[in-house]
Amino acid sequence: MIAQAIFNGLIAGAMIGLGAIGITLTYSILRFANFAHGELISWGAYATLGVSTGLAAHFAPLAAPLGPFSFGWSLPLGLVVSMALTGLLALIVDVLLFGRLRSRGGAVIILVIAGFGAALTLRSLLEFLFTTKPAYFTEALQIAMKIGFGVRATPDQLLSLGVSALLVLAVHVLLTYTAIGRAMRAVSENQQLAALAGVDVRQTIRVVWLLGAALAAVAGVMAGLLVQIRPHMGHDLLLPLFAAAILGGIGSVPGAMLAGLIVGLAESLSVQLIGAEWRAAVAFVILVGVLLLRPQGLFGRPA
Amino acid sequence: MPGTGPSAPIVTAQDLVMQFGGMRAVNGMSLELSKGEILGLIGPNGAGKTTLFNMIAGALRPTAGQIFLQGQDVTRDPPEARIGKGLGRTFQIPKPFAQMTLLENVLTGAQHQAGEGMLANFLQPKKVAVQEKAAIEKARSLLDFLTLSHLANEPARILSGGQRKLLELARVLMADPAVILLDEPAAGVNPALLEFIIGRIADLNARGTTILLIEHNMEMVARLCSRVIVMAQGRLLREGKPADVASDPAVIEAYLGVAA
Repeated sequence: MIAQAIFNGLIAGAMIGLGAIGITLTYSILRFANFAHGELISWGAYATLGVSTGLAAHFAPLAAPLGPFSFGWSLPLGLVVSMALTGLLALIVDVLLFGRLRSRGGAVIILVIAGFGAALTLRSLLEFLFTTKPAYFTEALQIAMKIGFGVRATPDQLLSLGVSALLVLAVHVLLTYTAIGRAMRAVSENQQLAALAGVDVRQTIRVVWLLGAALAAVAGVMAGLLVQIRPHMGHDLLLPLFAAAILGGIGSVPGAMLAGLIVGLAESLSVQLIGAEWRAAVAFVILVGVLLLRPQGLFGRPA
Repeated sequence: MPGTGPSAPIVTAQDLVMQFGGMRAVNGMSLELSKGEILGLIGPNGAGKTTLFNMIAGALRPTAGQIFLQGQDVTRDPPEARIGKGLGRTFQIPKPFAQMTLLENVLTGAQHQAGEGMLANFLQPKKVAVQEKAAIEKARSLLDFLTLSHLANEPARILSGGQRKLLELARVLMADPAVILLDEPAAGVNPALLEFIIGRIADLNARGTTILLIEHNMEMVARLCSRVIVMAQGRLLREGKPADVASDPAVIEAYLGVAA
């Protein structure tokens, strides 16, 4: 049973990690905690649902399940479109809201509260468009396979783990070895200096939004695939997301992923060992513990 | 509107004014920087030299006046756009990106790289890789030019003040500037390094880079500059050859603060 709890924790953790990467990037580069990030996860899931349902309705072969998985090509195709759409949504919110506040040189707290407002609006819009009734990507039932150590896993779960690992690696490489990654690190270290050094700060900020939102869409689809799709799904992940971003160290992509796994494991094990009613408290305890004991997180640099 | 012929000035500042609240830091200052020259900008502390620099480089938007770079009006361009148009600038007290390596610091100065868009890294990986490789080679040769190559992979936070000046210059050169504004390159630098910096400035100028130099070290100004302008209280006080300007009573008075 413990082995199964560990596996379940890893799956949840991978999802949390992907979301936390977006938070850690926007936090370190735009310098505010974006509480609307959870809504990007929900919107990413619903956008994927909309596109893949549409595709499946018009091109029946796309709906046929792929190999051992519960979904057909319509879902990955829908996800790719949704990553772009979710990125677009983040850019629109930035142009309409955050960008204006930034250019006025507003205090951080104003951005944070604006984020709350954006989250509320986006969430309500989803409820209005799709109702609060849970939705599913697929009606198909998957049989969990035995993968050793008494652990059962569905092919969807294993795929999700693999995709997360690949994405984390890709983002890490992007940040470490490319010009845009360098620009992001430069802006995160000192935005004014970056502008004076010739880094296009606005372009960099746009890329950060696109990247964070695209990863949020993936996290949303994972959550929808493994659990269900609800307008509140992203909002409910907010506390574990922030716990992971802060535990990992703001600005650190590998840190966010590792911390996401830790938070996921801790939640899953607490259900097993303490009781399901404590699950939600775990992320909070981790968050407070890190802030008190090691505010720079696992991989963060001391301020 | 300045002309655009071969002998046209590379930087023209016209009637620049900078008002900070009740204080006019720069009060109707104009200058022309000719292609290929090293122009010295001197004046007592508080004369408005750095403010003038900040306006030309784009860090400050002038209250009034216009700035032309290679014939183009850049008065409303942000700093990074001016860098793209061939303007480089250093600071009195340079700040590197402390957590990034020296090589990465220099690379941040590279302009017009395809890899700065996110999609290009996935859609045109070859083009991006070729550009990145060329940029890294260039950054390494600049570190070499400024004798920092042995520290290329160290984080910039370990550098001394003088080394930070060299690193900043390397980063500025990465963008291939046609003009460099140097703000007190000699300040706080030991004599040996000062000689080296003077030599490198002369090298750059010999390769065709135009330079505007703020400097208090008159010996350095006399060695490098053919022409000097003196600012006092936000205005042009004198203009001429270094030796003539240094012995001008009005200039001496402005420096010593005898009378206003």
